[in-house]
Amino acid sequence: MTWLLALILLPIAGAVVVAWLRDNDRLAFRTALGFSLATLALVIPLWNSYEPGGDRMQQTSSVEWIPRFGIHFAFGIDGIALVMIAVIALLVPLVITVLGVTDRLPAGRSAGGYLSLILVQQGLTIGVFSATDVFLFYVLFEVMLVPMYFLIGAYGGPNRQYAAVKFFLYSFLGGLIMLASVIGAYVIASEELTEGTFDWATLTAVVSDAPLSTQIWLFLGFFLAFAIKAPLVPLHTWLPDAAGQAPIGVAVVLVGVLDKVGTFGFLRYCIPMFPAASQELAPWVLTLAVAGVLYASVLAAGQQDMKRFVAYVSIAHFGFITLGIFAFSMQSQVGAVTYMLNHSLATGMLILVIGMVIARGGSSVISDYGGMAKVTPVLAGLMLVAGLATLALPGTNTFISEFLVLLGAFETRPVFTVFAAIGMVLAAVYVLWLYQRVMQGPVRGNALVGAAGGPGAVQAPEVAAPKVVRDTSRRELAVLAPLVVLIIGLGIYPKPVVDVVTPSVEATMSAVQGGDER
Amino acid sequence: MFPAQVDAMTPPSIDYGAILPIVIILGAAAVGVLLEAFVPKQHRWSVQVVVSVAALAGAAIALGVYIPGAPEAGITTMAETLAIDRPALFLWGTLLVLGFGALLFIAERSVEPGGAFASQAALRGVAGGSGGGSGPTTVTSGSRAGGDDAGAGAAEPYQMQTEVFPLTLFALGGMMTFVAANDLLTMFIALEVLSLPLYLLCGLARRRRLLSQEAAVKYFLLGAFASAFFLYGLALLYGYASSVKLADIAEAAAGTARSDTLLFTGLGLLVVGLLFKGSVGPFHTWTPDVYQGAPTSVTGFMAACTKVAAFGAMLRVLYVAFEGASWEWRGVLWGVAVVSMAIGAILGLTQRDIKRMIAYSSIAHAGFLVIGVMTLSEDGLAATMFYLLAYGFTTIAAFAVVSLVRDASGEATDLSAWAGLAKRSPLLAAVFTFLLLALAGIPLTSGFVGKFVVFAAALSEGLVALVVLALVFSAVAAFYYLRVVVVMYFSEPSPGGPTVSVPGAFTTATIAIGTIATLVLGVYPGFALDWASAGTFAF
Repeated sequence: MTWLLALILLPIAGAVVVAWLRDNDRLAFRTALGFSLATLALVIPLWNSYEPGGDRMQQTSSVEWIPRFGIHFAFGIDGIALVMIAVIALLVPLVITVLGVTDRLPAGRSAGGYLSLILVQQGLTIGVFSATDVFLFYVLFEVMLVPMYFLIGAYGGPNRQYAAVKFFLYSFLGGLIMLASVIGAYVIASEELTEGTFDWATLTAVVSDAPLSTQIWLFLGFFLAFAIKAPLVPLHTWLPDAAGQAPIGVAVVLVGVLDKVGTFGFLRYCIPMFPAASQELAPWVLTLAVAGVLYASVLAAGQQDMKRFVAYVSIAHFGFITLGIFAFSMQSQVGAVTYMLNHSLATGMLILVIGMVIARGGSSVISDYGGMAKVTPVLAGLMLVAGLATLALPGTNTFISEFLVLLGAFETRPVFTVFAAIGMVLAAVYVLWLYQRVMQGPVRGNALVGAAGGPGAVQAPEVAAPKVVRDTSRRELAVLAPLVVLIIGLGIYPKPVVDVVTPSVEATMSAVQGGDER
Repeated sequence: MFPAQVDAMTPPSIDYGAILPIVIILGAAAVGVLLEAFVPKQHRWSVQVVVSVAALAGAAIALGVYIPGAPEAGITTMAETLAIDRPALFLWGTLLVLGFGALLFIAERSVEPGGAFASQAALRGVAGGSGGGSGPTTVTSGSRAGGDDAGAGAAEPYQMQTEVFPLTLFALGGMMTFVAANDLLTMFIALEVLSLPLYLLCGLARRRRLLSQEAAVKYFLLGAFASAFFLYGLALLYGYASSVKLADIAEAAAGTARSDTLLFTGLGLLVVGLLFKGSVGPFHTWTPDVYQGAPTSVTGFMAACTKVAAFGAMLRVLYVAFEGASWEWRGVLWGVAVVSMAIGAILGLTQRDIKRMIAYSSIAHAGFLVIGVMTLSEDGLAATMFYLLAYGFTTIAAFAVVSLVRDASGEATDLSAWAGLAKRSPLLAAVFTFLLLALAGIPLTSGFVGKFVVFAAALSEGLVALVVLALVFSAVAAFYYLRVVVVMYFSEPSPGGPTVSVPGAFTTATIAIGTIATLVLGVYPGFALDWASAGTFAF
């Protein structure tokens, strides 16, 4: 058993155990946290055993599943998958810890069910990142929707049913269209090789030589699924609803990691399998990406709700990532991959901080807040760190990524890059404006003033609010501390991550360059 | 002259080993009818259950004994009226296991005291209307008012109508003959043998008598039409090929100068009859009403087994007799598949009644199955048969779950009554969710594997547009499956909501078999796929 398999199975085993602890919330919480920390610990040997210069796929294992179709339970990782697995392993313990801090379960629901779903989600997501059999990837890609559907639908905000169904149907439709392409690729391979297979490497080798028109059709099937998942404008409308209605912890998992499956899919499936189609259609994809950056940035600035704000910010960032991927330069792709990691950390932290703000004010509407820095200075400082990382200030981790993306993309696609760079300016606008409205100025807003005793209270809100609204607790600090360390640390010294992902990006790029020569 | 003729006539050779499963089922059905006449009323239920289960088990054993020694290419027997080949054997096995699940469900009598079947054809107007509200008291007094069971004291439980067992066995025997019929006349007789008991079974519901009888009449009238279409098509094809044997028709279609009008009209009428039985749109109109009105256990039996029989026969007819003419009918079936999927997926969205919803779901699934039939490849044959097996298990289990959610007037099939079910009975809600996800085709369920193999076969044959449409309609249909999940899990239970009956051993067994099969065929489908693709038709 490889470390990788252990990483997939441990959270699922944890989920089974926790699901039995429905009567004892405290025990369920501790057990779930224990399993998630053990999973995180398993990342260390996984990371150490990964050799950046080694094979394309490492930690491989394969067991026959449906021999008639050449389907295997086959897992393995490259550098890109490793980074994404590490980040979800890091985020899940944090998400579990904030249960009870930022998220309160609805009455009558036990913690066991919620935590169990989170752990299943983790196991399936790690599986998606590490599947090396295309059929298996598809299976996990679709099954992954089920726990998230229940997490949003059962534990979310007032409009949760709508959000959950919308989330599911969007992703399910995308997945089904991808299934057509998966089968199409299989059919091509079985005609070419006389025996069908879903092995990623074999399939890639065969399909990447297919004629351009075939490639374009198959590419579109995969692309649609990943563009919905990422999400790219105009397929993004499910995300603000889903992220806006999901509990904070679930939103972290959804926006922080699940959506990365989309951009991961571009890198792992779209480009290596269909290099000619990727290049042919790159201008269209880039148009969507840049339109997404600008459109989502403007919408982010106009949001009234903090959770929806984060969703739009993420959509803008996914535009950057897609730009980096489809600009087809080494630098921009390395930038895009590190951006996937850094966005998870920065946005994950921003969502958590916003969740802590919401937990204090009981409202996610921006105009319900104001001057909160006077009441909770530490929380305000943390929000500033998360915000600055989100707008890619030099010294934070996202800066390097965004810089690499723009630098690399400018060489190959200058026009798109110039437009995307406007997004950087807009990012400063929406982040700082949010911070200003929530944290600065006099203490105001229904949430804070209301918490301090309502408009008729005797004391001034500056005096009364601190007594009711507490600053960050130790538990909250413990949740945010690792993120702050990583955001600053990777901002100053990004080499470990860049070293791990570079060979995998090179391999991806070589597929496209191989397509050029043909 | 006359004696010479007698000499020349040799009785057709019969391979009894091969047809033993059918003989056992039909024989047990005949025995069941006799038992009705001679066994005292209070013992009938148990005797009938034992006989029926023994018959199914015996048939399954006979099948299991026959298969290892069966010739790979299959045989024809009884003067070539029956073709016992690998597809027929697979479909027999499918029908037997699904029939077993349905039979257990039908035998249940603890959920509804005395079982779901009326002891009289009509209760003389007592329990008229929808039967709602009046409840079992009315029905019981009604049956006593009928004076049929004069000795019945007040304490004696309501007796279940046990004719359902032989009727079910007759239908099952007809279905098994139907899928193995090698000529059209045998196929027609089998069609009638399987249909007539079903018409009766539909009308036997104890509650909602009018709805049930309306369903039976509707099914009978439309079914009679469909049979007439089939028979007319048969006659035209006989005129064309001067034979009713599938192989002769194929030969005639391959190279003659005879009028194609006869061939295509005959084929069209024949296929309409089959599409009707398979509840394929636009020949589906009976489906929602009958599924809703029939006793739920009968609905489960029909939804699973009739579909297997209809599509099994369709596969055989199209593969054996009309493969050469595929150019002509493929376009038509293309349209039929799209219409069926569209009707199932889109009209299903508007349904408020769970049984009707599953009916529309079955119409959509029928559209997917038509795609499998259209492929005309060995892969497509195996894929369609696997789909039938997978769908049958899931749908029987789903109807069994539906039968457990009840309120004062019987089954509470309206969607609003299911609100918050997950809080009251989490296990049942979880099982039903799993079954719905299987119907929607989420991976790790048999529904997904079925769709996957069918679509893979269709794409290999170049039916790209059809597959893409099918995938889009799958996503549309997913909406109404999800809506049930939303209602069960995310809605607050209504105060006067339904109670979930504690399932009796029989219903539990049905649900367990169906759910486990759905899971196993979804996670580890290799063995069933291998069986399904063991061989092709003999003729």
